[in-house]
Amino acid sequence: MRFIDEFRDPEIVTRTAEEILRLADRDRHYRFMEVCGGHTHAIYRFGLKDVLPPNIELIHGPGCPVCVLPMGRIDDGLSLGAQPDVIFAAFGDMMRVPGAHGSPLEHKAKGMDVRIVYSPSDALKLARANPDKHVMFFAIGFETTAPSTALTLKRAKSEGIKNFSVFCNHVTIIPAIRAILDSPDMRLDAFIGPGHVSTVIGCRPYEWIARDEGRPIVVSGFEPLDMLQSIVMLLRQIKRGVAIVENQYKRVVPWEGNRAALAAMAEVFELRPFFEWRGLGFISQSALRIRESYAAWDAERVFRVAGVRVTDPKAAQCGEVLKGVLKPAQCKLFGRECTPERPVGALMVSSEGSCAAYYNYEHRKMAAAAPV
Amino acid sequence: MCLAIPGKIVELVDTQPNLAVVDVTGVRRRVDLGLLQDDPPVPGDWVLIHVGFAMSKISEQDAAEQMRTLAMLGEDQAALEEVRGYGLESSP
Repeated sequence: MRFIDEFRDPEIVTRTAEEILRLADRDRHYRFMEVCGGHTHAIYRFGLKDVLPPNIELIHGPGCPVCVLPMGRIDDGLSLGAQPDVIFAAFGDMMRVPGAHGSPLEHKAKGMDVRIVYSPSDALKLARANPDKHVMFFAIGFETTAPSTALTLKRAKSEGIKNFSVFCNHVTIIPAIRAILDSPDMRLDAFIGPGHVSTVIGCRPYEWIARDEGRPIVVSGFEPLDMLQSIVMLLRQIKRGVAIVENQYKRVVPWEGNRAALAAMAEVFELRPFFEWRGLGFISQSALRIRESYAAWDAERVFRVAGVRVTDPKAAQCGEVLKGVLKPAQCKLFGRECTPERPVGALMVSSEGSCAAYYNYEHRKMAAAAPV
Repeated sequence: MCLAIPGKIVELVDTQPNLAVVDVTGVRRRVDLGLLQDDPPVPGDWVLIHVGFAMSKISEQDAAEQMRTLAMLGEDQAALEEVRGYGLESSP
């Protein structure tokens, strides 16, 4: 258990790992999906696989916002950025995500006005500072991030800022979980629920997973001990033959979520009838669009959006990896054509993408250990 | 980008509603408190910050642990870079 010594409370970690060993039925194989990309990153970084018995398999879920975005949306966003006098603003995570004709950074190198912002409110600030330009913010993220975009749009409206719009790519986690449970090639025993998404939506939206689908779910923090404790809680439920929603991350996640954040989202956004996810295809009511009352700040109404559909590079198997059907290293391009330095698919770009996480912590280690 | 950054509220900005100066390991920037208006934090409180908005109040101990988690994930420098980037180049 090579990483345990550097964990906080190594003794408790060891005891929790022993508890897992005691609870897990040796004759059974467990498949637990961690929904959130932050958890995926932490699992690889902390080498949790080495702490868990081999019959507990962690499947990486769809909770990485840049990974689930289909390439066509990136191209649509970039085509708006290419309009005269438009500033394309986005989070740093987006900058190296490949579109069919290059990433935002590559477009910047060719002369497009591309700016990194760390907050949607800074994109609005750019608009105030550049009244002769139009600032288009390429918004991504789950419910963790959507409330911040909502408040920014409310501010744009109340201040009457006219040279600002949002290209909305916010998605919602619950329909993605439903799509995965409905997928015939997925067999999952339980879920490690997302931490920071749940600070906003709370724990109630997960109740159907336990009640109707019979799958335990534990909302978890990001420390190694948090995730191990969550696995103990899942195993205890399975042993007792129950399926309920539990909150391991109580110190941050209130059961009812954040009402102010939910109210801001409800005022500004409504559900799209359907939205395309990379790997999962079209999922109904799985994404947010801007309400009619904020139409003047909706890039999809301010501009004409082509609605491009681009299939992923043929050999890349991002979709299968995203659904948890394939492990990152099982993709034909992994570590050869597709590396963090030259990513072909988005899962290799973000530190929360399972391919980048696997590459940085497992592949490099194995490459270093391999005889020349 | 799901990871949140812990910071301590240093002062509220009088001139604008829902704005506060936070301190993240010595780096001070403005963040928006609009998502916590049901239970507004005051100077001395600790919060988790995501894309420039405080999203939940936490204890000082949890803040220290969250910073430690970020460091263990190798994300602490990226987190500080993010905080430095808030408000673009302008001073706090």
